Amino acid sequence: MTATLERLPLLVRDWITGFFPEPVRWLVSGLLAIVAILAVFGLYFAYLTLAERKFLGRFQNRPGPNRTGPFGLLQPFADAVKALTKEDIVPQAADKLLHFLAPCLVVAFGLISFAVIPFGRYLIPVDLDAAVLYFFAAGVSSELALFMAGWASHNKYSMISAMRALAQLISYELPLLLAVVPVIMLSGTLSTSKIVVAQGGWTFGIIPHWNVLTPWGFAGFFIFMIAAVAETNRSPFDLPEAESELIAGHLTEYSGFKYALFFMAEYFGMSALCGLGVTLFLGGWQAPIDILQVVPSYVWFMVKLSCVIFCLMWVRATLLRLRIDQLTRLAWKFLVPLGLINLGNAAFWHLSADWSGPLQIVRWAISAAVIVIPFVLIGRTLSSGLAPRTYRYAT
Amino acid sequence: MLGSGIIKGLAVTAKNFVGSFHDPERLPTVEYPEKRLTLPEAYRSFPFLVFDGENAIDGLRCVACKMCENECPPQCIYIIPERDEKGRPVKKPKVFDIDLSVCMGCQICVEVCPFDSIKMDQVFEVAATNRFEGLIAHREMLAKSNTYYHQIRPTEAAEVDTRLAEEKRLAEEKAKAAAAAKAAAAAKAAAAPKPVATTAPASATAPAAAPASPAKPAVAAPSPSPSSSSSAAAPMAAAPKPPATTP
Amino acid sequence: MQNEPTSSAPGLAGTPANSSFDILHSPLGSPQQGASVREVNDPFHGDLLEVSMGPHHPSTHGVFRMVATLDGEIIVKLKPVFGYLHRNHEKLGENTTYLASMPYTDRLDYLAGMTNNWAYALAVEKLSGQVATERAEYVRVIVGEMMRIVNHCCLVGFLFNDLGTSFTPLLYAFREREKFLDLFEELTGTRMMYNYQRFGGCRVDPTPEWLAKAKALIDGFPRFLDEYEQFLTGNEIMLARTQGVGRLSPELAINAGITGPVLRATGVGYDIRKVDGYGVYPRFDFRVPIGDHGDTYDRYMMRILEMRESVKILQQAFRDLPAGPIIDPKAKNRGLRPKAGEAYGRIEGPKGEIGFYLISDGSTNPYRYRVRPPSFINLTVLEDMCLGHSVADAVVILGSIDIVLGEVDR
Repeated sequence: MTATLERLPLLVRDWITGFFPEPVRWLVSGLLAIVAILAVFGLYFAYLTLAERKFLGRFQNRPGPNRTGPFGLLQPFADAVKALTKEDIVPQAADKLLHFLAPCLVVAFGLISFAVIPFGRYLIPVDLDAAVLYFFAAGVSSELALFMAGWASHNKYSMISAMRALAQLISYELPLLLAVVPVIMLSGTLSTSKIVVAQGGWTFGIIPHWNVLTPWGFAGFFIFMIAAVAETNRSPFDLPEAESELIAGHLTEYSGFKYALFFMAEYFGMSALCGLGVTLFLGGWQAPIDILQVVPSYVWFMVKLSCVIFCLMWVRATLLRLRIDQLTRLAWKFLVPLGLINLGNAAFWHLSADWSGPLQIVRWAISAAVIVIPFVLIGRTLSSGLAPRTYRYAT
Repeated sequence: MLGSGIIKGLAVTAKNFVGSFHDPERLPTVEYPEKRLTLPEAYRSFPFLVFDGENAIDGLRCVACKMCENECPPQCIYIIPERDEKGRPVKKPKVFDIDLSVCMGCQICVEVCPFDSIKMDQVFEVAATNRFEGLIAHREMLAKSNTYYHQIRPTEAAEVDTRLAEEKRLAEEKAKAAAAAKAAAAAKAAAAPKPVATTAPASATAPAAAPASPAKPAVAAPSPSPSSSSSAAAPMAAAPKPPATTP
Repeated sequence: MQNEPTSSAPGLAGTPANSSFDILHSPLGSPQQGASVREVNDPFHGDLLEVSMGPHHPSTHGVFRMVATLDGEIIVKLKPVFGYLHRNHEKLGENTTYLASMPYTDRLDYLAGMTNNWAYALAVEKLSGQVATERAEYVRVIVGEMMRIVNHCCLVGFLFNDLGTSFTPLLYAFREREKFLDLFEELTGTRMMYNYQRFGGCRVDPTPEWLAKAKALIDGFPRFLDEYEQFLTGNEIMLARTQGVGRLSPELAINAGITGPVLRATGVGYDIRKVDGYGVYPRFDFRVPIGDHGDTYDRYMMRILEMRESVKILQQAFRDLPAGPIIDPKAKNRGLRPKAGEAYGRIEGPKGEIGFYLISDGSTNPYRYRVRPPSFINLTVLEDMCLGHSVADAVVILGSIDIVLGEVDR
């Protein structure tokens, strides 16, 4: 039963490809994977927007959208109809070609990142050897598409936004990679599927061997998530589209469906990066407890992904936006040093792999100290001079 | 430590998130068309005209004195007094229009009205498809019964009724006194076609007020009437506040 | 991207001028510390960028426009442009009776109508020699301080919105504000346009039930403030975004006539409630918080601390509220014809000194009617505070001044 459920998507695929002659089956199989990702993540995107609005509403003590259909469940479709029927405005002075290309490219780059994410034990669209590298190459391109949008709009706000997007890209690509390198180092592979397999197994059947449950892995996950939020331009790092300063940043001159495409790309990018985070640090499709393996692996992946995305919504509901200089300072003066130290930490973890007994505790202590002490020290310099104040009163 | 403030903030939002599911204090939204708040009695939207009795136009308390028209800050009230066949003004508005698109609901008209005839309504859903004609409220639209007034503002309406009944009683007494004094002369009584609500509770200060009535100047110019005691509508009803009725 | 040279600097139009371009010169005082001084058309930096923020910009708090000249993202010049909401308030005041101006004052600073009413009533009372009753004075303090809390709730909420939160702090603040507005609605009939004060008292007397409700709300309010402060006051991003941003020196503040929390944040303990002691304020025990840095964070904290002080004043007012008539029975409101003369009534509004200056020529309308709008005057130092900061900070600084365009443009 479990095995059938686990293989269910494959069985469906084989059943469909069975209708086609042998020579084109590989093609059909590939196309099916694309269609499946588009359908599943298209729907996931649609309901993610609804969930975000609902959850944000709850965080803000209001019910959120609840008018379209029961509990507002048809809201995404109403939004889609609205986006499709709105007038598509292209400014006179805009670079028409780039203005058109940018939203297409940003979605395309967001989508191709999905190719290397293992959604389940047997579900990985393309099992590349250098999957992680491929992922980052695709991820960076989407930021370039944002720059394209900002530049092509020929609007001053969009221009500032484009410059911010590039500054942010350059700053946060480094900590993102530095956070990932330890994982690659310890699992010895660039293949996402093998990284997930390497995180398999449980201690006592309840403690999973996920990377996040080690000191270096936790620090790596922490850095990765901060950088991922910045990469996907979400609050508190939503500087390119800073609503209160730049109106809508690179989106200012977009309307109708092109605007919706940018939104789609943001959510695709967020899902993809969080998916990578789940893959690298949270054990991918592995179940958290041994006995819960009866639940199919792809369900676990989606559950973890949704949890991570919920945390991002929570952060969005809470935090305020950094300024661009503070944003880059955070990257270069805090995340990059921490990431480099964490690299050494991971190396220590790798070298001390055969410590056992009481040495195991020493190993944990050293590893934790190596990351916590720099965190506190660098954090102190970063926030020096900033503190809540006490006030005096006039007589 | 860096991040402690952020974590505190996250705790607050988490508290509100969870609270919004069980604590009505943390989900104060009222889903409007389905659920409605009860409006406080003092709530005001736009003015309306109170009438007594059954006929909305004949029963209007308004005497077209134009006090509100003059005092209205945005000048959204427009009044033309009714005239009889001979062209003399009758104490009734022929046209009483309020431009709701201009009215700012300030209640000044209510405060200056000496006849308690204009009051603030509580209807706030006044959308119209035509922004010019559709938002001008005419006399017929504005006239609402005293019963309605009692429904929306029970305390205030009761006070007003008490006061009006008292004033009416004083006026009646005065009219009687005047009639008795000038019995030999032509019978005089006001013919203002404004019957006052007879549902008002009896006043407790009746004896004390009696000597006060002669002291008041005879403000409402009494007009000759052939039969003073013929109907209930005969005694002049409107003489409440001295400055208002001075001709 | 076309980079227009800043047209307002003389001798710059199109020419590669090597004039020093004294962009930091401001009529109000010395240039801001840390502002970058550089020449336009500097070959190593490229041109300046002029961005017109507003009048329809999401965070200019209405129809306000800032023409900002940017060097990268740093503001080197900022010209406030306003008047988009001008509606002849002062001229209207000269053409209506004294009483009929009262509802118009609600619409000046529409987030704090009650204090506008009060200041106007004070001015007319001075002009016509009327005196408000004891109970009315207390009720005025009650509604005025509640209004201050409402206004500051709005301010901190919108300030955080300008700082880039996704509406959360704003909605928390509005959740509390709503309770106050409900009370105001119960008392005066409307939620924002109260038209409550009269010359010689107030329009309606608060019932004991209303007072009990208000007292319960006030007693619970510090809990909300505690939660709110826990939420974001200590937040590292908040501190980084506001501390040291938009500094205002006490000298400049005094020279420019700044009042209210913006002035007190610079360390000048000037509060008209203490200085003038109008109404019954001298009977209350309260303190005036003052800041030391004059930056955005201090201005934010002034509001929080003032709300706490308002709670203290309100509790004393509820305790001491005397019985008696709410309005002087002999008070003259309608058809008021004050003797010829002039009067200036001012109170400490939530945004600063709100004052009304009236000249009477003995007729029913004022001969001259003039408003001293605190947010308009506080706005005059916007450029001085913004220079050297980025666009993002300009928005925050504007938010921390607490302007309402209804009052700025009148």
